[in-house]
Amino acid sequence: MFEATSVNHHNDRVQKQVKILFGIMLALLIIPMVVIVATLLIKGSPIVNLSFIFEDPKDGMTAGGIFPALLGTIWLVAVSLLASVPLGVAAAIYLSEYAPDNLLTRLIHLATINLAGVPSIVHALFGVGAFVVFFRFGTSILAASLTLAIMTLPVVIVSSWEALQSVPRSFREACWNMGATRWQTIWHVVLPNAITGILTGVILQVSRAAGETAPIMFTGAAMFLPFLPNSVFDQTMALALHLFVVATQVPNVPESLPFGVALVLVGIVLLMNSVAIWIRLRLRRKKKW
Amino acid sequence: MVDPRIQVRNLSIAYGNRRVLEDVTLDVHANEILGIIGPANSGKTSFLNAINRMDKMRPDMRITGSILINGIDTRAWRNLYALRRRIGVVFPLPVGLPLTVYDNVALAPRLAGTAGSREDLDERVERCLRRAALWDEVKDRLHHLGSLLSGGQQQRLTIARALSQSPEILMLDEFSIAVDPVTTMRIEEALKTLKTEMTIILVTNLVQQAHRLADRTAFFLNGALVEVGVTEPMFHGQTRDPRTSDYIEGKFG
Repeated sequence: MFEATSVNHHNDRVQKQVKILFGIMLALLIIPMVVIVATLLIKGSPIVNLSFIFEDPKDGMTAGGIFPALLGTIWLVAVSLLASVPLGVAAAIYLSEYAPDNLLTRLIHLATINLAGVPSIVHALFGVGAFVVFFRFGTSILAASLTLAIMTLPVVIVSSWEALQSVPRSFREACWNMGATRWQTIWHVVLPNAITGILTGVILQVSRAAGETAPIMFTGAAMFLPFLPNSVFDQTMALALHLFVVATQVPNVPESLPFGVALVLVGIVLLMNSVAIWIRLRLRRKKKW
Repeated sequence: MVDPRIQVRNLSIAYGNRRVLEDVTLDVHANEILGIIGPANSGKTSFLNAINRMDKMRPDMRITGSILINGIDTRAWRNLYALRRRIGVVFPLPVGLPLTVYDNVALAPRLAGTAGSREDLDERVERCLRRAALWDEVKDRLHHLGSLLSGGQQQRLTIARALSQSPEILMLDEFSIAVDPVTTMRIEEALKTLKTEMTIILVTNLVQQAHRLADRTAFFLNGALVEVGVTEPMFHGQTRDPRTSDYIEGKFG
């Protein structure tokens, strides 16, 4: 009665083959990542030390540190976040909590998702036209950051919208029925339960903003500057652009230097992602349903 | 002397083009339990939503006809939030907001700005939990997450939350669907006590629950009110419409 039939044997064989096949695919995915990180560590780590991080470049960028570029990247990411997070989250709240579910809002939603796929060079050109020229910010941290913000906004909106939608509708109805306004419901019940999802989207965009070169090249990042930026209206150096420059534009750079810059850049992104995961875990421990 | 707390006149409800309730006229008396029975999709829940004017929160919900509470048409209420604060609602599945037990009960008074001093609020939370027959089980873990309580405890927490604004009207929508029989009995006992202070509308999928609790019972079928009458005679075959006795006897539904 419990003997396996040929169909059972067949199903069992297919199941094993699928498992092996998908395992191989996973390995294929992991290998490049391991190779990249290992190469960066092996070739870059000898040069990375405190003075590499905290000193200016020297000798036509063939020696010295990367401090201005590192500081510039922090500036750019921070200012772009200040612009994109409030705007993006507010737009997502409106779309998710206030806007009626009709053709127009669905079109807006679809358009936002598509906007996320626009190549960054297009955003760069928009940034030049809008911020550098039209608003007369010149090539500055402000113009570059706003360009980065425009680039990251669609994903911030979509991921925040999804996080808000994942909060059960019954929570909202329970709140409305006790006489709470829409805003009270959003502030006290919906947002606290969506915040981890919103943060995830934001952090992913931080990494992206830190790594993009095209949007900042024409709007505010310089190859080399003899001074540190004092305000958002100054130009700045940036890690991603600096990497491009020392890797391809400057002759006689020691081989370890670009690898060191890349290692720091990857390290920053990794650090920010770890912070995000830590915050998420902390918040999630308090919120369970 | 009957005191009509809620007067519903020619109430019809539709979601978009789908009509779910047609021309309902009935009264709910002060300090009674009005049972509402009927099979699924007969418009019972929509009826509750209409009393709470949830059409203002759902763009597709349309209400025609009038609902008077204490003689005042709800369409004339300027502040619907104040109206809803006077009506407590309990849903079929317990909605344990991911807050502590204490904060679940304290949320509504806090949002309404009527929480008062810490001592007042402590006292109010305790009173509500006692009336919902939950206090003894949670008094030592008021500051633990409410959503980690058992299903039956969460449903009583929902009732405590519904009581937190001392409502005049309490509406329960199939509250025992996800609750064990013992808890159901405890809640039913609590409702009998609460009746002396407020008007209760009890939508139930259990015909016998209406029999046990309701002073009067209304039978909804396919979006229409078939009849409403005093519970006892109704359950002893004295119905105006044969469909009511058929449903009560379990011949359909």
